Formats: sequence, structure tokens, C-alpha cells
Amino acid sequence: MKKFALLFTLVLALVLSACAPKATPTPVVTEPFRVAVVMPSAINDMAFSQSMYDALMRIQEEMGGPENFEVVYSEGMFVVDDAAAAIRDYATQGFDLVIAHGSQYGSSLQEIAPDFPETSFAWGTTAETFGQPNIFAYEAASQEGGYVNGVLAATLSTSGTIGVVGPIEVGDAKLYVEGFKAGVMATKPDATVNVNYIGSFSDVALASEAASTHLAAGADALTGTAQMVVGAIGKAEEANALWFGTQSNQSSLAPKIVVASQVYHWEVVIKEILDLIADGTLGGKSFVITLANKGLVIEFNADYALSADAKSLADSTVKGIVDGTIKITLP
Amino acid sequence: MISELFTTTVLIGILASGIRLATPYLYAAIGETFSQKSGVLNLGVEGQMLLGCFAAFYVALTTENLWLGLLAAMIVGAVMGLAMAFVTVNLHAQQGISGIGFYLFGLGMSDLLFQKLLGTVETVKGFPEIYIPGLSDIPGIGEIFFSQNILVYGAFLLVPIAWFVLNKTTLGLKIRSVGENPDAADSLGVSVARVRYFTIILGGTLSGLAGASLSIALLNVFQQNMTSGLGFIAVALVYFGAWKPAGVLAGALLFSMVNSLQLWIQVLGIPVPSDIAVMMPYVLTILVLVATVSKVRTPSALTKPFERED
Amino acid sequence: MRTRMSALFDALLPVIATLAALAVGAVMLLILGVSPVTAYAALFDGAFGSFNAFAETLVKATPLLLVALGICISFRGDVINIGGEGQMIVGALLATWVGLTFTEVPGWLIVVFAMLAGFLGGAVWGGIPGLLKAYFNVNEILSTVMMNAIAVQLMNFLLRGPMIDPSQAQLASKIPQTARLLDEFHLARLAPTRLHAGALIAVGLAFVVYILLWRTTLGYRIRAVGQNPHASRYAGIKTARYMALALILSGAFAGLAGAVQVYGVNYRMITDGSASGFTGAAGFNGIVAALFGQLHPILSIPASILFGALLVGANSMQRAIQIPSALITALNGLVVVFVVSSEIWRRRRQRRRLAVAKEEETPGRPTPPEVQKEAAR
Repeated sequence: MKKFALLFTLVLALVLSACAPKATPTPVVTEPFRVAVVMPSAINDMAFSQSMYDALMRIQEEMGGPENFEVVYSEGMFVVDDAAAAIRDYATQGFDLVIAHGSQYGSSLQEIAPDFPETSFAWGTTAETFGQPNIFAYEAASQEGGYVNGVLAATLSTSGTIGVVGPIEVGDAKLYVEGFKAGVMATKPDATVNVNYIGSFSDVALASEAASTHLAAGADALTGTAQMVVGAIGKAEEANALWFGTQSNQSSLAPKIVVASQVYHWEVVIKEILDLIADGTLGGKSFVITLANKGLVIEFNADYALSADAKSLADSTVKGIVDGTIKITLP
Repeated sequence: MISELFTTTVLIGILASGIRLATPYLYAAIGETFSQKSGVLNLGVEGQMLLGCFAAFYVALTTENLWLGLLAAMIVGAVMGLAMAFVTVNLHAQQGISGIGFYLFGLGMSDLLFQKLLGTVETVKGFPEIYIPGLSDIPGIGEIFFSQNILVYGAFLLVPIAWFVLNKTTLGLKIRSVGENPDAADSLGVSVARVRYFTIILGGTLSGLAGASLSIALLNVFQQNMTSGLGFIAVALVYFGAWKPAGVLAGALLFSMVNSLQLWIQVLGIPVPSDIAVMMPYVLTILVLVATVSKVRTPSALTKPFERED
Repeated sequence: MRTRMSALFDALLPVIATLAALAVGAVMLLILGVSPVTAYAALFDGAFGSFNAFAETLVKATPLLLVALGICISFRGDVINIGGEGQMIVGALLATWVGLTFTEVPGWLIVVFAMLAGFLGGAVWGGIPGLLKAYFNVNEILSTVMMNAIAVQLMNFLLRGPMIDPSQAQLASKIPQTARLLDEFHLARLAPTRLHAGALIAVGLAFVVYILLWRTTLGYRIRAVGQNPHASRYAGIKTARYMALALILSGAFAGLAGAVQVYGVNYRMITDGSASGFTGAAGFNGIVAALFGQLHPILSIPASILFGALLVGANSMQRAIQIPSALITALNGLVVVFVVSSEIWRRRRQRRRLAVAKEEETPGRPTPPEVQKEAAR
């Protein structure tokens, strides 16, 4: 038993010495607005996390760089428990706004936010603020862009079969897919939309095979959501099928076949949140990015020769959704 | 709807897709078969694959030469194998755990290099599908067997080669004897260390190739953690195949085809919850093994470091 | 004196190896243009820098220790259980179901039942590969890898369907999570930190596993089968049964780890579609922790704390100096490789010591080196 005892004493000594109070550097007085964001995947995932990172970078540029608007991030925080530690730590460090960019972080945030009444938190995608005065909630009406993509896909597809590759059947992905299906059906009621959920956000190879399956089943237009779809886009390109993107602009991955991408411009929401914080409101409101408030933008791929008719159909669909003449019903 | 599963389109689709999906499993699992035959369990396959994925992709993208990419993946895999060999053969480290260590290293390192050298998801023009005049035009068969890229053919060619090397050459005999009874092999003058170095490095090289088959032949893209557990399945398939290349082939095809089947089940709208469909290949792989209960024997010295009695 | 020094050296070996790995990591940090001193100060600070930081380290160490205890049992029985991830998930699912179903029962009773449910869930998920190995000759590495994947899909299915939070069920954008457990069902916490009673459960069980392995017939037989299955069979031990038992127990501890995570940390289950989103990869890292602790339940306690500190500190370092989290993963791998490689020095010294003094062996001691060597395989 001696060696455990020794080890214990050592660990204990180490811990105790480390726990001793020590001087912490005093924070700088004239400091920029500080934002910390915790994200489940990588900042360059061409999807969900990148959409938020890009938005923050755009705001930073507008505000005159990191001297005025500091952004720090923790990416790849798919472990909910680690994300909770990160959120708490950023709040402790005195960041002005801590963004929990993942619906799975909500439960942790509900617990953390009350401990930091001076800090503003934002989390998405959801509409739930837990009635907390310092939590903002944000979500994307991704069914809207899904609908527009669906209308375009139905118009451009000649085979009448369209394929969708999804991760798991929940959240933002489900909203987008349902919107897409509604768009196709509204345009071409006899079209077939095949949906494949591959049960993973990371399995690029399976996403690619899911696309192959759609192509073999006769699809000539495909879409998909979440970061693993990069595998599916390649398959669509090989078969010269059309691709419709979402979350980030995916045109660069296959310039010949990407028709349009629904891009999330979270800066619309973030700017409103920043204004509220400047006025002393730290939370309690929820926001939705939509086509109407330009938080969702259909970005067309300049390299793809979209016919004028289809382009104007897409534009009028966007208009219809914005002015309310088109209603998207979700199951 | 169930009957739709038995149309030619679907059957051809499942077979073609099964063969494609089996490719990375085959390279990695055949490599793992060699190292396990010599008594070394390498759980780091996934990490070797990921680094292979990245090396192939990066070199192919920057030099625009796919063969250089392939070579890079093999070199990186071999270096990872060399490190694994040093740790397990010379330092007698617990094999399973060092494998997990190498997996984590590969997972992190490939991602780090990706972020620092590329920074964003890009695509590369990968190995094209080979068109064989005549053969590729045969309906059905042509699509399944004769319109794949060169790395797919390479993977299937590897199976008989591996069988031949393991069973019909002196090298194979040495590998097997080192895995079964290292003391006896040693007393007969076979260098246990040298044989194991060879098999582990070979395993790493093939894992690197498996990675390349994904990033510059089948998917033509690199993303963080793109193998997503594929390397662990490959290790499992070695057990499925009972350390025989043909058995590994059977396992890889079974797993891949059932995976393709579940995708079709969803596409055809057969009412099975998507998560349950995704489970199918895993469940079936176990069930098939249970049904074909066999008296397979593990290589006796598997996971046991060799120390000469002094 | 010499033996004491060498015992100290043995105990410190994992620490020394970790430092060596961090030294290699320092080179990587320099290449990234970060000062290793700043980085490692942040790492240490994040793991031990304040009472709360140390509490976080212990929170991280708790599931590692529980999984490690199971690993001590299975690896000593020569069964390689890499299904900890799946076993944690199933244990957590069953435990969560108990807490969400029996809301009328007093809190303390629910906690007891929930922990038992977690234990049972993990036992079942470890038991399937165990029985398959014992009676159908299905290799446990294969079956546990497959069972991990099946558990993830089972979790996804249950959390977006039968077990979904009623408040999410009507929304179009369902978050795949269960309802939150009632406050009185939570494991007690040491406010204001997240340190919860699960840590005590884990430490207590470490002693139980120690007794189980070295003071009971069951433990003796599991170890005997692990050391020499042929001799054990010859001695009349039903080897298949004890291998299955080793996997069942191993799974049970992982399942308990899952239950403890829900009742002590998260208070509900949420899925991001992967296993590690919930487990934090404790099912794998627990194996490493057990090996750090030389497959000894008591030594696994400091080993889990060391490894937990590394994980917590590394995350904290990422935040403090904004280095890519990928570097942390790579560094983590290096630490594992270095620690597992450093074992050779301990074994060499042990052999030398054994040669010097053979008579010192007493049954109560941690383990004779031969057993350890055997079991470490």
C-alpha cells in the first residue's frame, strides 16, 4: 500500500499548492466588446458552425477589427459536458456575450446563465429562452430556403425524382428537409422525393453512398444538410446531377452543378442582440432568421447557367414567402 | 414496397455500392490481418487511415498528381506503422492501448494539418472510373464489376495476393509461426522482431492506402474525422474473417452491402425508422457470425509482446 | 530505502511519461507560434488552478474511473472490452427511463434504483458480447465495436421518438432530448461546483472492485482464467462462464458511469447523433485510465484524476490561447502512447526487484508482477 500512499500525498500536495490563491492579472479598462462562441463542429465545416463563424467575422470587419470586436471560439465541442465547461469558463472570464451554438447546449445553459446575471448568453437553434433575462435564443426558418430550393429542384429536374441526404431526423435538418419536400410538392405534385437519413453528422463515406443510391434510383437533383454532405456533393458532380446547398455557400465544392445555396447570415440576429446589449437588455428575446429579414439568403452560383425563367421563379417564390402569400405547412 | 427491393436497379445498386464501400475496409482489414497473424493487435488503424486520407489529398491537390498522393499516403501510413512497431515490439507496450493512442494522434494531427495547410473543404479530381471496352457495356455486370476506379480493383486483387503470401510463401510461414509460437520461431532462427516490424509497417501502409481510397478515389474530398469509425469496423472485420483474406472479403462485402441495402430501404420509403435502418449492418454482422458459429482459433500470441527468455 | 525510491519512481512513471509527451507537444506548439510555457501554464491552471477547476477535473475523472474499474475486471479476465461507449449509453438510457417514469417515488430511492438500472443496462449491453464470446465463439472486439454503433442508433431512435421531451415533441424542429429529471432526483452536488456524489460512489466502488478481484472466489477465478485459460480449465473452472461474467461486470460499471453522468451532470439525455457527444469518449478513455493505473482498481483512482486533469486542462488551454482543438486530440494521443510505452521501465525494475527478494510476496499486495504482466496483455 505504500506506493499508493506516496502517490496520494504527491497528488494532494500538487493540488493544494495549485489551489493556493494567486494574483490574477487585472483586466484592461478600455476593452473591446468581447464575444465567445462554442460550436459543435469545426469553423470550416462548410455548414452549421462555419455559418456562425463567418457571420462573426463579417461583424468584426464592419466594427473595425479585433480591437473593437474580439471573437474567441471553441470548435469541435461535440461533447455536451465539455461545452458546458467552456460556456461557464467564458462567462467567468468576463466575456460580454457567450454564444452556445448548438441546440444540445440548451440544458447546460439553463443552469449556467443564472450564475452570471451580468453576462449575456445566446443559444441556438431554438426559440426557448427558459424565461431567463440574460438568454437570447435564435433559430433559422430553414424550411423557407428549403422550400425555395425545392421549387427550383422540381423545376429543373427532368426525371421527376429528387434525393435528400440528411444526418438524423431532428432539429434544423428536419426543418430544412420538410420545407424542401413541401417546395417540390407545391411545384410538381407527381414528383418523388426520396429521403435518406444516415444517422451521423460525420460519416462522409455513407453520405456519398446515400447520394449514389439516390442517383441509382433515378434522381437528377439532390440536396442535403449538415457537414457530412461534402461526400454527397462529389457524387452528384460525377453524375452531373444538380445540387442545392444549405447553411453555408457550397458552390466552391462543385461549381458546375451547385444551383443555389441557402446561406445563414446570423449577423442579422447577432447585430440585433448587440444593439439590445448596448441598451442594457441582456436577454429574454428570441430571434428567427428568415428570408424576410435577410438572415436567410438564397445565393445563386454564378458559375451555373440558371435559366432566366427559373431564376425569376425562385425570386418570386422568395417574394411570396416574404410577403406571406406562400405558406409552408410542415407535417 | 418490399417487392421493389428485388428489382434489378436495386440489386445492381446494392452490389455496385457494396463493392465500392468495401474498398477501404479491404485495404485496412487485410493490413490488419497481417499484423494480427504475426501477433500484433493494431487498434490505431483509424488514425493511420485519417493521416493517409489527408496526405493523399494534400499531395494530390498541390502536385496535381494522384500517384504521388497515393505514395504519400503509403509513406505516412508506413511511418505510423513504424512508430507503432517500435512501441509494441521494442518497448513491449500494451497493444490495444497504444493503438488507441495512435488513433487519437492521427485523428488530431490530420485535422490540425488540414486546418493549417488547407483551411477549408476543397475537392480534388480523383482516380476516374475505368472504362473497359466491351466489359463495361454488359448490362448490370458491367456497372457492378467493370466501371470502378483503379483502387477498387487494387483492393480486390489484394485478397488473393494476401492469401498467397500468408499461406504459400516462407514469409507467410514466418508470419504465422511468429503469431502462433514466437518462442519456437525464435529458436528456429526467425527474428520475431523483424517479422513483426514488417507486418505492422505493411499494415500501416495498407491503412494509408485505405485512407487514400477515400480521399482521392471514392469521395475526392477531405474533412475532419472523415473516416468516422471505418477503421474500427475494419479491425472488427478481421475477426469476422477469422484471419483469412477470403473471410475478410466476405465480411467487408456483407457489411457494405447491408449498409447499401438500408439506404435503399429508406429511399424506397419502406416504413422503418431511419435509426433502426442504420443499425442493420451492425446487427447483421453479429448475427451472421452467430449463425455460422465456428471453431476459429485466435493466433496464440496475439497481443502478447515477445520477450526472449534470457 | 532503495526499494522505496523505486516504488516512488514506479508510481511517478505515468507522470514522467506525460511530461515527456508534453515536451513533444511543446515543439508542436512552437511550430504553431505559441509559447509552450504560456500554454502549459494555462493547462495546469485549467485543471488545478482553482477549487472549481479541480472540481471540474474530478467531474471528468468520475466516469473515467467507473469505466476503468470495469476494465480492470475484464482485462484481468483476458477479455478486451472496447464497448464502454455503448454500455454507458444503454445504462444511461435505462437509468433515465427510471427517473422519468417513477416520478412519485422519493428522490433517494429513485437515485438508488437509477444507479442499479444503469448497472443493469450496462450489464446487458456487455453481457450480449459476453455470452456471444462464451457460447458462440464471437470475438469480443468485433461484437463490442458493433454494439457501440447499435447503441448510438438506439439512443437516437429513443430520444427523437418514444423518450422525447414532451415539450419538444410538438415542435417541428425537435431537439432530440428527454425531459429533465426532477430536482430531487439529482445526485448531491458540492455547490458552487459541479462536483457530485457520483465521484464518491466511484471511489467507494474502487475498493469494492479491489475486494472483488483479490478477496473473492469470483475474482480469483476471473483472474485465473485471464492468466492461463488452459490451466484454469484443467483445474475445473468453467472458463467460458467467467469470461462472460468479466464482460458483464465490465459493462455494468460502464453503464453505471452513464447513469452517473445523467444524474450528476446533465440531468437529461441529449444526442448529437454520436456516442461521444454524450459519453465524452469516457468509454475509450477509461481503458487508458485503467492502464495508467496498472489495471489496479485503487491505482485507477489517481490515474483517472491525472487523465481527467489532462482532458479538462487541455480544453481550458484551448480557450485561453485559442489553439485548434485538434492539437489537443493529437497531444492526448501522444500522452497515451508515451505512458503505455513507459511501462517497460516499471516491468524491468519489477523483475530486477523480484530477482533480489522473492520471498516478500504476500497475497494482499497489489499484484505479483507476473500477474500484472499477464493481465496487461
